Amino acid sequence: MSSVRVLVGTRKGAFVLTADGKRENWKVDGPHFGGWEMYHLKGSPVDPNRIYASQTSGWFGQQVQRSDDGGATWQPVGNEFVYDGTPGTHQWYDGTQHPWEFKRVWHFEPSLTDPDTVYAGAEDASLFRTTDGGKSWHELAGLRSTKGNLWQPGAGGMCLHTIVLDPTNPDRMFIAISAAGAFRTDDGGKTWQPINRGLKSPYELPDPDAEVGHCVHRLAMHPSRPGVLFMQKHWDVMRSDDAGEMWHEVSGDLPSDFGFPIDVHAHEPETIYVVPIKSDSEHYPPDGKLRVYRSRTGGNEWEGLTQGLPQSDCYVNVLRDAMAVDSLDECGVYFGTTGGQVYASADSGDTWKPIVRDLPAVLSVEVQTLR
Amino acid sequence: MIRVVLPHHLRTLARVGDEVQIEVSQPITLGAVLDAVEATYPALRGTIRDHGTLKRRPFVRFFACEQDLSHEPPDAPLPAAVAAGAEPFFVVGAMAGG
Repeated sequence: MSSVRVLVGTRKGAFVLTADGKRENWKVDGPHFGGWEMYHLKGSPVDPNRIYASQTSGWFGQQVQRSDDGGATWQPVGNEFVYDGTPGTHQWYDGTQHPWEFKRVWHFEPSLTDPDTVYAGAEDASLFRTTDGGKSWHELAGLRSTKGNLWQPGAGGMCLHTIVLDPTNPDRMFIAISAAGAFRTDDGGKTWQPINRGLKSPYELPDPDAEVGHCVHRLAMHPSRPGVLFMQKHWDVMRSDDAGEMWHEVSGDLPSDFGFPIDVHAHEPETIYVVPIKSDSEHYPPDGKLRVYRSRTGGNEWEGLTQGLPQSDCYVNVLRDAMAVDSLDECGVYFGTTGGQVYASADSGDTWKPIVRDLPAVLSVEVQTLR
Repeated sequence: MIRVVLPHHLRTLARVGDEVQIEVSQPITLGAVLDAVEATYPALRGTIRDHGTLKRRPFVRFFACEQDLSHEPPDAPLPAAVAAGAEPFFVVGAMAGG
């Protein structure tokens, strides 16, 4: 019997939500690490019981927790993230150069083939890798040499929040940084190139189509088509059909093309999901209606999914790492809100139910499909 | 033995109770006590002091015998009552409002 395990990171701890393949009755386990900010938890695709969690605190800094039993028990592993060589500087809010300072890990991306290898996206924007199950971390510093001196923090900090691995090419990887843009490596992380052609940021950048500096909120890819990428940018939903060489806008008839997460249906590579947010100044859904928008055409034509979601007086946000899909036959879609709700759909988004309603603000949602 | 009281979140991280007792070789200085705490509980490395620089993290404070020792240098001797085990050394998460 298949089952699913949803890993939820919140401002005040982590929660593990489990259900059988029907996804009707849920068990809520937690909080784990109560009181700590849990930015992200993600399991290894090759060993689902191996889970990595980013535990942070403004007081006590970064911890990395590892579970080898599906989240029942945890052990702290290495928490030393040191920039390679002389860290150098990046652009600061006032236009001056500012030294790189490690603050926290936003996102873990476990290797597709080795449970001991994990990539970590950090603030200040940088990419680290462990090959020993989290004991030690080493920076892939070639990324920051890709015009890193021009990168600058957004309001939420200068964070590397998205890591997408190409399942057909172990040397290819995509990452995204707020506010620097999207980047690709084709040599396993040694060298990188900006992949931001076609992005336009007229209200955020003096040069609207600058090579770097765009506030990319999230990237998504279907594993069967690794050359097709979808992007939720600060404003605009974008698509690339050539691994990021060129992007074009597919916002179409969305009520707002501002938002944070974007994801792809597990079995339909042209079906994508976003959660429109009113604007960069008002981080809540338009008209107080929480709606997931689904396109079955790879963008441009969108339908609002509302059944089971609050359609009045709803002013939560859905953060960039807080949406995920499972790979059961009928694809499940999940997202968490800053109001502490985690919603699940067991029918590709047609209908929704809250799994839990009153968690702390949700930072991240991942789902594991267990068979 | 030196008595050390950790803040709640570091107790859970180190999986210890209200107070721990640490063996510290002479002289009993601020730095020596923190070295001993981190050696005994490796999970606390980087949580009280930064890795590498060993500078106190901004929102961590050190108290003992009703004194704020947060700004003392690492080689500063701790009060005699702490060195004798009569009084605990406190690692404190600073008040941060909100």
